[in-house]
Amino acid sequence: MTRFIFLTIDGMATGAVYATFALSLVLIWRAARIVNFAQGAISVAAADVAWSVGSRVGGWWLGLLLAPLVGALLGALMQRFTVRRLGPERHLDAIIVAIGVAMVVQAVLGMVFGLQHRPLPAPVSQTVLMVGGVPTLSPYKLLVLGAVALLVLGLALLFSRTAVGLRLRASALAPEVSRLLGVEVERMTTLAWGLATGVAAFAAMLVLPTGPGLHPTAMDGVFITAFTAAVLGGLDSPVGAAVGGFAVGLVLNYVTGYTDEPNLAPVALLGLLLAVLLVRPNGLFAGPTIRRA
Amino acid sequence: MAALLSVRGVCAGYRGVPVLRDVSFDVAPGSVVAVLGPNGAGKTTLLRTLSGLLPLTAGTVRFDGQDLAAVPVARRVRLGLAHVPEGRGVVEELTVAENLRLGGLWRRDRADVARAIAQVYELFEPLARRRGQPAHQLSGGERQMLALGRALVARPRLLMLDEPSLGLAPKVVAQLMAVLAALRSSTGLAILLVEQNVRSALSIADTAVVMALGEVMAVRPADQVRADDTLRRAWWGSGQA
Repeated sequence: MTRFIFLTIDGMATGAVYATFALSLVLIWRAARIVNFAQGAISVAAADVAWSVGSRVGGWWLGLLLAPLVGALLGALMQRFTVRRLGPERHLDAIIVAIGVAMVVQAVLGMVFGLQHRPLPAPVSQTVLMVGGVPTLSPYKLLVLGAVALLVLGLALLFSRTAVGLRLRASALAPEVSRLLGVEVERMTTLAWGLATGVAAFAAMLVLPTGPGLHPTAMDGVFITAFTAAVLGGLDSPVGAAVGGFAVGLVLNYVTGYTDEPNLAPVALLGLLLAVLLVRPNGLFAGPTIRRA
Repeated sequence: MAALLSVRGVCAGYRGVPVLRDVSFDVAPGSVVAVLGPNGAGKTTLLRTLSGLLPLTAGTVRFDGQDLAAVPVARRVRLGLAHVPEGRGVVEELTVAENLRLGGLWRRDRADVARAIAQVYELFEPLARRRGQPAHQLSGGERQMLALGRALVARPRLLMLDEPSLGLAPKVVAQLMAVLAALRSSTGLAILLVEQNVRSALSIADTAVVMALGEVMAVRPADQVRADDTLRRAWWGSGQA
């Protein structure tokens, strides 16, 4: 039972990061109907730049503030100068371009920062706290949960309460009508990409200290897991991304925790995906599949 | 009086397939112009071209003297040109209130946007009761009210409406036409009305532009078209109008 409690709580904390990264994929999907395969590489690049500054001044905390800004800038530039040029209809081409961008970014990161793993130390202890003899969370994972909660709250307020949020939603839901109403839809799409890659960079700063650290491909595993989570949730739904993220975090933790066989984890993940998609082919929280102009 | 909207020799179409051929007509300030014609006459294409959703392949469109060629879609509403697209064009997932706010987001004068929204709620009482509901819960008539109200929040000088009567009960259509006529006389709003419902359109129009197969067949005063039965039959067959 103790083990179950620990695996559950820890799985939630891990899932929170997957949920955040899945959310970043959903944001782009909603705005552009594209899965941004460069999201992992861009988030590492942002974390690299942010930590280059943070390791000199301000530490990890400054890094956590800088990474989303750098990520947002990179994502917006990527959209503006590659994806937008393809036009709105060429989704498959855009996905291939995104894979290309990922390869270029990873190659550049390798040239600039090298190919060895470089540690990204956590700002607080990663030792698990005992509560009444039951292992629970490390202070760092508590921090992660808090940071994710703040981010989600901020995004929810942005989308529901601000004029920019309304423009972003309208542009994604009905681009043509939005244009007729004076919304600069192209600008909103670029902004949505920036917002999404900023969120991905935030997730990278949170998750990298728990793994082997910075490396050009350090977020590839997170990308695949979070992508699975996003598809589970329906790709179109922020709530779905969150539920998918937590579900994936829990499943991974239970499988590795109870079997001591880390190679089983990806298999379990695919099993979960298969099971959900067999029952609900569009994912758990998919909205209406027909979108109007 | 100088025309508010001046369309000269306009050609346009979809992906190289020409639809509009050499379309010319004017809309005077404060006037109501009805664009009439059967299905496939190019009426919707005309409005989409005027609002910039489709590019011109020839001709010019001037609004208040300004050539619109270089004005992107999202900028045209700032000049005073509002387009309520076919199928009502409400954003289904957004609430009534959010749809209305969306219509005025570009405007600096926030106080006047609030006033305009309040006026829309006054004009269309059902919207006020449903302001917190998502637009997909509205009836067809309420959606048309919302689409129209949202366009009014921009305080346009020319309102372009695409088939506003489509799918509405005759009584609702009559109310809608009454609202349009009242708006025109109270605010001096010019209206370019695309309709298949010839009788309702002619009931408020000053001028009728009759289109067929992408061309303008005739531009006539509306009462002349109303009065002339043979003219009507020749254009739309005896079944319609």
